[in-house]
Amino acid sequence: MLEVRLTHTLGALRLDVAFEAPKGVTVLFGRSGSGKTTIVNAVAGLLRPGTGRIAIGERVLCDTAQRLHLPPHRRRLGYIFQEGRLFPHLSVRQNLRYGQWFAPRDARAEDMARVVEMLGIGDLLSRRPGALSGGEKQRVAIGRALLSAPRAILADEPLASLDEARKAEILPYLERLRDEVDIPILYVSHSASEVARLATTVVALDAGRVVAQGRAEEVLGDPAITPLGAREAGAVLAARVVRHHDDGLSELDACGAALWLPRVDRAEGVELRVRIAAHDVIVARGRPERLSALNVLPGIVQAVREGAGPGAIVAVDTKAGRVLARITRRAAAALALAPGAEVHVVVKAVSVAQADVGAAG
Amino acid sequence: MQDWLGPEEWKAVALSLRVSLWATVLSLPLGISTAYALARWSFPGKQLLNGLVHLPLVLPPVVTGYLLLLTFGTQGPVGGLLAEAGVVFAFRWTGAALAAAVMAFPLMVRAIRLSIEAVDPRLEEASATLGARPLWVFLTVTLPMALPGIVAGAILAFAKAMGEFGATITFVSNIPGETRTIPSAIYAFLQVPGGEGSAMKLVLISVAVAMGALLISEAVASRVAARVGGR
Repeated sequence: MLEVRLTHTLGALRLDVAFEAPKGVTVLFGRSGSGKTTIVNAVAGLLRPGTGRIAIGERVLCDTAQRLHLPPHRRRLGYIFQEGRLFPHLSVRQNLRYGQWFAPRDARAEDMARVVEMLGIGDLLSRRPGALSGGEKQRVAIGRALLSAPRAILADEPLASLDEARKAEILPYLERLRDEVDIPILYVSHSASEVARLATTVVALDAGRVVAQGRAEEVLGDPAITPLGAREAGAVLAARVVRHHDDGLSELDACGAALWLPRVDRAEGVELRVRIAAHDVIVARGRPERLSALNVLPGIVQAVREGAGPGAIVAVDTKAGRVLARITRRAAAALALAPGAEVHVVVKAVSVAQADVGAAG
Repeated sequence: MQDWLGPEEWKAVALSLRVSLWATVLSLPLGISTAYALARWSFPGKQLLNGLVHLPLVLPPVVTGYLLLLTFGTQGPVGGLLAEAGVVFAFRWTGAALAAAVMAFPLMVRAIRLSIEAVDPRLEEASATLGARPLWVFLTVTLPMALPGIVAGAILAFAKAMGEFGATITFVSNIPGETRTIPSAIYAFLQVPGGEGSAMKLVLISVAVAMGALLISEAVASRVAARVGGR
């Protein structure tokens, strides 16, 4: 368990946060300039916070009240930087071993062969970073952080500098990291789909403050919390792959409700999490007939949150879980949507992007 | 070579090589530390240190030589102490090496400082987060990445030391076999009738050494740069 409490002033930003990161991935989620990187740098010891206390379990890394500030090299945190920061004068193998040289002898170190296999970097070991693609560099950076026998892993938007294809290449490795490594991972992101796929816990930040924290499904399913604005809202459903059909669709089971998605690249029986973007969801009173959309789920309106503009976000509890829908205020009024109203939510199968489907964690 | 060169000339060449080599090798650790301090630290008196390092570049060499004589001569404050410990600079080849080192120091520090400033501090941060204490960050990241500049600085300093004349002749005079380096020897040969031939041979050697140093410096630096650049 990583505990963070700090205040810090950086230019116009006044940071004042407190949160806990248990085992699994805790995503610091918020738009650019909300102080995410500052927090991670303070945890890493690269920045001295104005006031605060940072601890992993019993081990205090920083406590300004006691004038305690461990230097970065004594914190044993694996930091995956946005730009990789591999050492250009060392081979990939030497980069991976770098952290091992400095780890204490008795540290419970990850096995090199296992990490190399997990990240699929076996063919790159004798190359130099200059000869790697962006995605390969990031995979090596993940391995290097992991092999330094860290107490926790920090990741500052490790996918932000990559294009969509490279992101899709790395995300499964990050999911494996989350599921196979037994330490807290603090992950900075401003991408809704990364959060939906990776987060066990979400800490939503806005202008230097924590606006919500909790389990990913709860925070992402709360219509009041839209750290990136209503445009990026979307709830996460847990589902299991039932069957791949010949017409290119995959049938999923979400707590007993059937979900139809374009062919999902996972084996049958695998547990998944699926992000349903709020702007892709239609709300209907009564069951719609003769509709092209394949996913129609009955549910009860749990909350309606009207925005400042023409939009509103409706939270609907269905059998499959909480779904958010972004509709107009006019439509909400016309349908008399209020907590307790019985509705059907409609989701086109093709609107769910491959990038929004990830392994369950 | 010894057939082509007379014993006088050969002595000058051998002495110059010895003086320059020692001057370069012994000033390298100090040069690297000074360059690192100037590149990465801020401390009171930094500009003063920077000025002091560069002073020999802008002072007349005779002045530098005279200041060395005042300081490191057997009557001088530092020279006197060292003489008691058995280390004598005045009118010895060691003094020639000291003069050459002082004169070459600014060039060495400049080259190394630029290359240290070019090392991305974010890589040093990454090294620290992986558990490297500051000395190890320096030895495993900063130093290897600055290597092209260090090699270039050392070779530049060596070439400068080979050509040092003014400070050397002022500090340690022009004693054959002890302090008569190539430039001093050329000067001496030109003072006597019929010395032009010997002087010309030493001039050719000077040109060859200087040119060779520059070529080696370029070749080594570009090879090291390619390696450090990760290609």
